[in-house]
Amino acid sequence: MKDVDDKFLKNLDRTVPLREELRPRKVTTPDGQEIEIEPLKDYFCEAAPKVHAKSYFPIVEDFYNWARANSLWILGFGTGCGAIEMRPLMTPRFDAYRYGIQWRPTPRQSNLLMISGYLSVKTLKRAIRAYEQMQGPKYVVGLGSCTINGGMYWDSYNTIKRLDQYLPVDLYIAGCMPRPEALLAGFMELKKLIKAGKCEGANKYAENFATYKANQKSVIKDWDMPDYNW
Amino acid sequence: MTFEWIQVPYALATLFIILNYGLLMTAVVRKLAARVGGRPGIPVWQNYIDLVKNFALRSKINHGVMYYLGPVFRLSGGIGLILFVPTIYGSSWAQNFSFAGDLVLALYFIFFGTLGMALGAGESGHPHSAIGVSRGLAQVTTAELPMALAVYSLAIQYQTLSITEIVAAQQGGLFNWTLFTNPLAVVAAMFAFVGTMMRSPFDVVLAPQEIPIGPPTEYHSAYLALMQTNRAIFPIAKTIIYMNLFFGGAANWAEFAIKVFLLYMIPAVIGVVHPRFRVEQSIRFFLKWGLPVGILAILTV
Ligand code: SF4
Repeated sequence: MKDVDDKFLKNLDRTVPLREELRPRKVTTPDGQEIEIEPLKDYFCEAAPKVHAKSYFPIVEDFYNWARANSLWILGFGTGCGAIEMRPLMTPRFDAYRYGIQWRPTPRQSNLLMISGYLSVKTLKRAIRAYEQMQGPKYVVGLGSCTINGGMYWDSYNTIKRLDQYLPVDLYIAGCMPRPEALLAGFMELKKLIKAGKCEGANKYAENFATYKANQKSVIKDWDMPDYNW
Repeated sequence: MTFEWIQVPYALATLFIILNYGLLMTAVVRKLAARVGGRPGIPVWQNYIDLVKNFALRSKINHGVMYYLGPVFRLSGGIGLILFVPTIYGSSWAQNFSFAGDLVLALYFIFFGTLGMALGAGESGHPHSAIGVSRGLAQVTTAELPMALAVYSLAIQYQTLSITEIVAAQQGGLFNWTLFTNPLAVVAAMFAFVGTMMRSPFDVVLAPQEIPIGPPTEYHSAYLALMQTNRAIFPIAKTIIYMNLFFGGAANWAEFAIKVFLLYMIPAVIGVVHPRFRVEQSIRFFLKWGLPVGILAILTV
């Protein structure tokens, strides 16, 4: 993680007041009981992510990687304009299903997060939460030039420029916006990477957790969740 | 019922055949739906890959004991259904552990998985799971009503609660099938069949586009793999019961494969041409159309 620009990091000591609904408080349940709730503890887990070892036998790991490559479940989370190019992949013309690519409605069951275009700071917060809720090994694909270098939102006050400063990206698909054919080509490339055992983004994230968090917090001004919230 | 140890490997073999048959069947049905939409669709072996992938995920999160037991209950519902129902009539090894009152047990097992799921999904703490489960239970309960009535009607007709005896009574020609001797009960039961196979128009509970995927929202990795296994086994197990009760049972594996395939295709074909019902619409549908036929079936035996 040498390529993180230190000048980019902003003041980290600044404390953000907790939002009203996240503060510990007493509530009365419908049946009249009084209970104490502490949303940050009740809804989030504060355990940091772990590095998960590969399987002991290389041949088993290769077999697993083959299965992972041929069963990519995408989290349907569209961020920028690129999301519109993902939909044709479900239609008769392109049909990504024949390559084992499916869309899942919940981050728990998916293992491929597509960041489809520019990411505003507000959306970044949700993207991080979605990514952390996914189960490893998990992959991130950045779609369009906005995720690579900011694209045409380069000087926007409210979008991030380089996605891989905030999440471990396995593959970028260039273009503004990439056509569905380019997406399919990208998926094939991702499959090759996975089969070669090169997509260890989840472990990379766990190893460089502090750096990633520092970067994330440097742009997200109202950081009001625990550092890690599976 | 006499028990012999040799029955255990026999039953496991039956289970193995049914698991593979189920995995291929679900893929074929999805391919069928894709072809109707003009797409090539998933490869037929996709289910195996998904299963391996889910078992191979490295991390998993546990929300508690019931969360853990949810998929286990669900799978034992499916397996129990197979183990206590004779798969092949007259076969020495695919008889499984059928006994005199297995019809009642089968009715119970059909519901068992859903209940286990309700507990597990409730503990996962996700609001979508809780809503999904209550919607699912409401719909499945009304859908099973005509089936229960049809089964009572059959029990009165054949004067027995043993599936093997019901199958035996249907042997010796097409016109001995319940389909022809008690058509009303079959119609009532088919309502339940289409309603509980979790295909369109009655699949709003599990549909990914609805309250995201309903009960299994929080399930992942090996938990999800267990549930996928059950989703392959359970519809086949249910189809076996219907085949045994209403369509003369099967005397060999070829007959089994053909009959189960045809029966399985009924909800699949209905599914690809119909949009989804909302939960209250399907409940109303079953109460209005399924239930009266079931009552008539009892009155006319
Ligand atoms: S790369 Fe182009 S198409 Fe994609 S999100 Fe950015 S501006 Fe939109």
